[in-house]
Amino acid sequence: MCGIIGVIDRKRALMDGSSIRDALSLMNERGSGEGAGYAAYGIYPDYQDCYAIHVFFDNIVEPKSQLDHMLHKWGRIVHQEAIPTYEQEGLKRSHIPWRYFFKPYSDLMAGSSTPEDDVMKYIVMETNSNIQGALIFSSGKNMGVFKASGWPEDVANFYRIEDYKGYIWLAHNRYPTNTPGWWGGAHPFNLLDWAVVHNGEITSYGTNRRYVESNGYTCSMFTDTEVVAYLFDLLGRRHGLPEDIVVKALAPPFWDEIDNMPEKEQELNHAIRLTYGPALMNGPFAIVVATHEGIVGFTDRIKLRPLVIGENGNRLYISSEEAAIRVMDPEVQNIHMPRAGEPVIGRLNV
Amino acid sequence: MSLGSVPLKYKITIDREQCMHCMRCIDNCSYGVYHKEDDRIIIDSRKCTACHHCISMCPRDAISLQERPVDYRSHPLWTAEAREDIINQARTGKIILAGMGNAKPYPVIFDRLVLDACQVTNPSIDPLREPMELRTYLGKKPSKLEIDKKDNGDVELLTKLTPNLKLETPIMIGHMSYGAISLNAQLSLAKAVEKTGTFMGTGEGGLHEAIYPYQKNMIVQVASGRFGVDINYLERGAAIEIKIGQGAKPGIGGHLPGEKVCQDVSCTRMIPLGSDAISPAPHHDIYSIEDLAQLVRSLKEATEWKKPVFVKIAAVHNAAAIAAGIARSSADAVVIDGFRGGSGATPKVFRDNVGIPIEAAVASVDQKLKDQGIRNKISVIASGGIRNSADIAKSIALGADAVYIGTGALIAMGCRVCGQCYRGMCPWGIATQRPDLVERLDPEAESEHVANLIRSWTLELSELMGAAGINSIESLRSNRSRLRGYMLDEGTLDVLQVKPVGA
Repeated sequence: MCGIIGVIDRKRALMDGSSIRDALSLMNERGSGEGAGYAAYGIYPDYQDCYAIHVFFDNIVEPKSQLDHMLHKWGRIVHQEAIPTYEQEGLKRSHIPWRYFFKPYSDLMAGSSTPEDDVMKYIVMETNSNIQGALIFSSGKNMGVFKASGWPEDVANFYRIEDYKGYIWLAHNRYPTNTPGWWGGAHPFNLLDWAVVHNGEITSYGTNRRYVESNGYTCSMFTDTEVVAYLFDLLGRRHGLPEDIVVKALAPPFWDEIDNMPEKEQELNHAIRLTYGPALMNGPFAIVVATHEGIVGFTDRIKLRPLVIGENGNRLYISSEEAAIRVMDPEVQNIHMPRAGEPVIGRLNV
Repeated sequence: MSLGSVPLKYKITIDREQCMHCMRCIDNCSYGVYHKEDDRIIIDSRKCTACHHCISMCPRDAISLQERPVDYRSHPLWTAEAREDIINQARTGKIILAGMGNAKPYPVIFDRLVLDACQVTNPSIDPLREPMELRTYLGKKPSKLEIDKKDNGDVELLTKLTPNLKLETPIMIGHMSYGAISLNAQLSLAKAVEKTGTFMGTGEGGLHEAIYPYQKNMIVQVASGRFGVDINYLERGAAIEIKIGQGAKPGIGGHLPGEKVCQDVSCTRMIPLGSDAISPAPHHDIYSIEDLAQLVRSLKEATEWKKPVFVKIAAVHNAAAIAAGIARSSADAVVIDGFRGGSGATPKVFRDNVGIPIEAAVASVDQKLKDQGIRNKISVIASGGIRNSADIAKSIALGADAVYIGTGALIAMGCRVCGQCYRGMCPWGIATQRPDLVERLDPEAESEHVANLIRSWTLELSELMGAAGINSIESLRSNRSRLRGYMLDEGTLDVLQVKPVGA
């Protein structure tokens, strides 16, 4: 179950959220009204050098003062406000969505090659595991996640998603099976620039979770998708691997295929499987991951979940259903389906 | 005054109506239970060990064996075993020897762990129709890959991987030395691992020439006695294993009595004919983790860094800290041998009372390595009391990369777990060097039995993985979320990092 859709405009032309809302709503039979969400890149041009921290507060007294305290310790809050929301009849408000625009002091994280990112990652992990009543669900620059428990159109209208304009959009319609439908459990999942939407279940979650935890991440959201964001951050940012190699680590070719590759390719794939065995993801999944530079979509190694690609000019669409893409863009062309495990990458071309 | 005799353990009877007087029972019993008087077969049940060789060879199914009910005054504390051990020690003043694994009725943690299966939203995978990958590489892995991506899209791999052992199934056969078991038994195991694409250990008995054709599937052992160890031996192995401890006897050395050291064993072990082969409890060049690291490096240096080096320790209370130290050395794998591990001969008090269960040891080692961020630096091999494919799946889910089996492989060759291995009279030709007994074991036939066991457990493991929606063994490893504890106490669940059933 679950419906996913992602789009990138390779020339960075901005799209508002109204059409992706409609596309996601088309996939309502893939959801259960217990979670939906949107991620958009390029939405905060006025604060593009700041980390946009989106937080769910249970109240804005104790948890907020604790988070404020931590942020003051690690950097400077450039601006903060409640995320504008609009009451919806079908959506029960559980938290107070808040956003900070934050600049960390980079000299506080000695020995890191990406000190600001590491400060931000630390703040996210620390908040989500130790501050009762606060959950950071979005922490990238010039991007933001908007999610809640509810149907796609209610969640979109709650945040008035059409007011935001981005060059990459991800959206997710949730049918929770393993964990309760709660606001934090809705997709997209995010850490720094990485945002993830996922249809499926990750049967290797226990292994993947232990792997990311042994590398300094804390899984606190009770959901398998959370590890995907951390795996991309670990392999993509910290290990510096390009997206296609990250996908090869997460959904590698079978040994039989590797054994039949030309020698050089075989050596590389062999090394990836040996080194990143604990990052290998099993189970049925179709995933779209975004950063500020592009999107990548891929499925599990035996393709137990659907994924459809479409293109129109500078736009690349990745979704669970062709019909959803057609809602966004009736003129879409080159509809096709990637092979199992094969990454579909859309990069900015500006 | 004499202490007198203790009651019989087993009672053998022959159905005289069925018996055809073929006398095979007499020929088959190496313990001398049967003898012939005139035309009659006379039975001395006191000598019986329940090895079942006579029963399995009787053409008329005329022999039956009963374990005798205890006829002492019943007592919850002073059990028959406790009393008989005292009587035997009062008589001899010696340490009581025992063979095979721990015989105390400790609860088996494996039996209180249940595996997961998929339903509906997460489809199970059918291994008959979908690929299922059990291939396992044992050895050091880098914590990250360095690559260079060129502008034209070409990718150059900059990281050089260290040699790993490639297994087609995560099941290996543990170390049982030539001396403890017969050459035919070793040959059977060697042929079996070659057939199934896996590995076996030589034990500390050296490598007999007859095994040379299978050397690419052998892990050679360096124990404290250094028996049979020279550069030729090290170079023949696919990997080298340093034995620090053994699950059945943590903290003590080994002893092969001189009477078992025949010409062949003497040559293979490089010791004088008829001399006792005594491995000391410690390696006399290892008194710290740094010393161990030095031996690891020496062995690597001697073999030009081409072979993985494993270190085997018994599962003991601080196994996790020791394993973390081993991981930081140049060692490629740590073998943890649980307190149910088999043994050719060990003091009974050790076998039954020293060490900890493999389930807890593997879980705590995996956890420690994870906490220190070095789990990928080393492979973990679990051994000691693995009885079936479910035990293997559970071991892997608790954090093992692969397992060693020992007793299971012997049972596949006929062993009836009678526990008399240390007497050297094994009627199945396994734990003996007596030529007439050794020749009873046909390496061709028994290798097929052992290979079949490995194949069937591999198939079952695939099915268990498929049911859990997992098609690659990497994704079962350390996957605690696919296990639940049933009737396990909170403390044990905490060590295992496993949730209770229903959670």
